[in-house]
Amino acid sequence: MIMKNAFKQVANFIAKTFVIVELELRKLLHDPSELITRAIQPTLWLLVFGQVFTKTRAIPTGNIRYLDFMAPGILCQSVLFISIFYGITIIWERDLGIIHKFLVSPAPREALVLGKALAAGARGLSQAVIIFLLSLILDVKINWNLLNLLGVLFAIILGSALFSTLSLIIACLVKTRERLMGIGQLITMPLFFASNAIYPISMMPGWLRVIASINPLTYLTDATRSLMLLEATSANGLLLDFGVLSVTLVVFIWIGGKLYPRVIG
Amino acid sequence: MQKIIETFSLTRRFGSLMAVDELSTCVYENEIFGLLGPNGAGKTTTIKMLATLLLPHAGRAAIGGYDIVKNSYQVRKVIGYVPQMISSDPNLTGFENLLIFAKLYDVPPRTRLKQIEEAFEFMGLKDSKHKMVKNYSGGMIRRLEIAQSLLHRPKVLFLDEPTMGLDPTARKIMWEHIDKLRKDYGTTILLTTHHMEEADKLCDRIAIMSFGKVSATDTPINLKQSIGKIDATLDDVFTHYTGSDIDNATNFRDVRRTRRVAKRLG
Repeated sequence: MIMKNAFKQVANFIAKTFVIVELELRKLLHDPSELITRAIQPTLWLLVFGQVFTKTRAIPTGNIRYLDFMAPGILCQSVLFISIFYGITIIWERDLGIIHKFLVSPAPREALVLGKALAAGARGLSQAVIIFLLSLILDVKINWNLLNLLGVLFAIILGSALFSTLSLIIACLVKTRERLMGIGQLITMPLFFASNAIYPISMMPGWLRVIASINPLTYLTDATRSLMLLEATSANGLLLDFGVLSVTLVVFIWIGGKLYPRVIG
Repeated sequence: MQKIIETFSLTRRFGSLMAVDELSTCVYENEIFGLLGPNGAGKTTTIKMLATLLLPHAGRAAIGGYDIVKNSYQVRKVIGYVPQMISSDPNLTGFENLLIFAKLYDVPPRTRLKQIEEAFEFMGLKDSKHKMVKNYSGGMIRRLEIAQSLLHRPKVLFLDEPTMGLDPTARKIMWEHIDKLRKDYGTTILLTTHHMEEADKLCDRIAIMSFGKVSATDTPINLKQSIGKIDATLDDVFTHYTGSDIDNATNFRDVRRTRRVAKRLG
């Protein structure tokens, strides 16, 4: 009986999560223009920054060409940049009154948060499509093995979900879009630079390595890079990468579920 | 008559401001009950507590026998809520808004489409169901929001200022729908308003609220008679019980919010 109830609760949780995913995807289908504008930034990073730095050979990336090393890093960076401002939609929905109606429904609050997070994953995947297309043009040595592609897909969804939930948590705490924008801008650059996105950890001074080792972006990039490129291997091991990302996401969803109702207060 | 909502010394503060001050009242099944008062009187805070969005600081309340704090999950299953602000998603069609909520409230897949269809029909929105909500008129958005809250056939429906920002014609249409809702579905409706005419026309009973307290609760007729003035209006009743004019009780913040909603509703 207890087992049956637990099963029912889990099934309900998953069902409600996917209702929210459906809602967000429907909105995206009505207006996909944001996906196009968001393609510009990673394109600039790869075409301008990447090509120049590949020529200067300033960053040692072993047997991998710098542009190849950087492509997965830029994918993870754009996932971070998009997701970290996701909380703005939460504040917009709060201002309209949409959130109130969701919070009055019997759906578990954690399911509402996870649904939003996974929908952010869909936006992250659009970035993956762009980076893969650019990588083709720039002759990046991609591993086309189906399992590897699925692995990248999974990592990007996980990463987008994680950073968008972090953004939701900040939104629930600061409650205004101005403060959220400020904090978002304050943390994106440190997260980006204290990671292995555009240079290897081995180049960093000791203190920065410590920060990089507690930065989820490092684990996301490590996993994505080793799955996406033919010649790269994971520095941490995929198990640790996905382990850190999953546990962090679960903790964030739990906190987000607790804080979500506070956004309307 | 059976009581469906009961509050016992329900209290909520915001900092030093006493928003709802030991509110004890009850609402009977199948009645339209109005909380009447100026902005800032504590009407919205009361509704938010009853709808499980805000925790009370003291006192308690029950809906259909379920405690709003201890059994909030059960309460959420039997209530519908239309907030003061706009709660339908403007970036979806009317149909999609209803579909998402039908799924969220576990309306069985077999009857889902039928119930959505019925809700559109009931609120007079049949021809606009596939239009984007951002292209709806103000009155249509309000009716869509109610349609959205009806899908799971709530026993109690909370309407926070359902006619705010609507023109007189749209307001009258809304009154007809609210009345029909009670008649056809047997829904108990608790609404807030600061329109005397609205309270007078629509409500079976009215609680006059000011500064977080209820100063009188009765039928509109009884309230008018109670002040001992021939040809009394509800305006007179309000002034009698609260000592102030309803128009003088609002502040800048309330005006700004009201205008914002009115602007969004077009």
